[in-house]
Amino acid sequence: MSQQYVVNDPKGLDFRVHRAAMVDARVLEEEMRRIFDRCWIYAGHESEVRAPGDFVTRTICGRPIILSRDSANAVRVFINVCRHRGAVVCRERSGNARGYTCFYHGWSYDRDGNLDGVPGESSYPTTFMRKDLGLAQPPHVDSYRGFVFVSFNPDARPLAQYLAGAKEYLDLVVDQSPTGEMELIQGTQEYTIRANWKLLVENSFDDYHLMSTHKTWLDYMKKSGVAIPKPPKGHVMPAHGVGRALGNGHAVIDNENFRGRPVAKWIPIYGEDAKPEIERIRAELVSRLGEERARRVADTNRNLVVFPNLVVNDGSSVTIRTFQPTAPDRMEVTAWALGPKGESPKARAIRLDSFLTFYGPGGFATPDDVEALESVQQGMASWREIPWSVMTRGMSKEGEQLNTDELHLREFWIEWDKLMRDGA
Amino acid sequence: MSLRSEVEDFLFHEAALLDEWRLDEWLALLTEDAKYRVPSNDAPAGDPADTLFLIADDIQRIRGRVARLKDPHAHAEFPHSRTRRLITNVRAEEMVPGTFSGSENVPGTISVHANFAVYRMRRGGNESVYVGRYRYLLRRVGGELRIAMREAILDSEELGRLGAVSFIL
Repeated sequence: MSQQYVVNDPKGLDFRVHRAAMVDARVLEEEMRRIFDRCWIYAGHESEVRAPGDFVTRTICGRPIILSRDSANAVRVFINVCRHRGAVVCRERSGNARGYTCFYHGWSYDRDGNLDGVPGESSYPTTFMRKDLGLAQPPHVDSYRGFVFVSFNPDARPLAQYLAGAKEYLDLVVDQSPTGEMELIQGTQEYTIRANWKLLVENSFDDYHLMSTHKTWLDYMKKSGVAIPKPPKGHVMPAHGVGRALGNGHAVIDNENFRGRPVAKWIPIYGEDAKPEIERIRAELVSRLGEERARRVADTNRNLVVFPNLVVNDGSSVTIRTFQPTAPDRMEVTAWALGPKGESPKARAIRLDSFLTFYGPGGFATPDDVEALESVQQGMASWREIPWSVMTRGMSKEGEQLNTDELHLREFWIEWDKLMRDGA
Repeated sequence: MSLRSEVEDFLFHEAALLDEWRLDEWLALLTEDAKYRVPSNDAPAGDPADTLFLIADDIQRIRGRVARLKDPHAHAEFPHSRTRRLITNVRAEEMVPGTFSGSENVPGTISVHANFAVYRMRRGGNESVYVGRYRYLLRRVGGELRIAMREAILDSEELGRLGAVSFIL
């Protein structure tokens, strides 16, 4: 790259991002090779496939994949492409299958990915080796506490090492489950945003925008009887929160909760009849984790970005969000709700109801985020006149950075810049 | 007048109110326990108690939604989208009491199915068509039809380029 996209000068208190990084098609092409093909990328959740033969299909890093359980009930990821002519083999969204048959010429694969049927196989010469033509797999597949990642980079470091400090924050999410396992709840929110994917990274853990972009949500909370405190001195937000870098481009905002949590802080919106259930959940947390850890799990909201494109927000509810760029100004977003495996029907209903007040394409907040990102993308067309976005909030501070500062955004961009510059 | 004609008149009136953003008048068409739902595209027959929806409002959140949409700080709908609703294939039947559970069991409930195409137009060439079907439960309150439940079930495989359901679909 000849263009410098990130200026990072801690001594000069200067940090800027070049807006061409959001509009240039060549940048996206480089990102696909240097970032998406080299990092660990979120592929799905183990709970999406529970029994041998269960599968879901989706597109990751531009490749169609199958996430499935094989005959030994191990989680597998296959590239969902026929080895013969390259057609997509499994075209259903999800299901349970003995195997997968490509409809084009009828090649079939078993649930372990082996090629087990080739019509008219005798016409192939002796060089044809059926055993070498099973469904292809990414070079690396691994999971951490139910979150399944793949890497298309043969030289990828181990997942646990890659996740670095993000593990602590995934642990905080999973620790809310009495069974030690979280599960994906059925119902998927899939929508397109006409904006560059990195704008959603920023937005997903940018608390500086909350008070202005989400004023109507805050008003609704207030009207419903939720106490929204006045921001403490030196703060923009109603409660204290910090931004933290977690290594390898991962970062988080970690906030004292003021907005209610299904695990486990009751607010009037949940209704009086939900109070005993929330109290029961809290008591279980305390008895299992101890008072201090229970408070950490139940009384903080955390928005986590796992570099480059996984967001786990544990706030009004838990949402997993991932997004695939399809053009410099377009991304496809998928969002799910995550809940403790084995949680009571009442708790599950509270969790889902709480989710919808804030999150999703029909929520009281997310549509305004989408509008903001699309508005920014429109503005990026003037990058020649206004090439730089300043990202210096909190830069002169020693020590703790607020959730409304921009340390965590800078962390993402520093890693992005590093990978885009590395020889690859 | 046939039940279907009466229901069609009611739905066409509701559509006009929504297209004209006369949201307080629309609210007045709802019962005190009304529900408004848009299921996720991949789980059109789900139950919001155990399935993630796009929208699953009780009357409190419907009122909150209207308050929000009237506020210029509802950025996704300010300026308001222009919408135009085409509603067809209306089928209506009086429900037989005792054969259904929950709110459907209220005597005099009318079950309605209809198809819709809702056009949404915003500046910048952002035009989209929401296609699907409506499911309504209507009740007579003081002789007038009122909405106890309205569900908009989208046909598209994913919300995709439609982006959001930030207006009342």
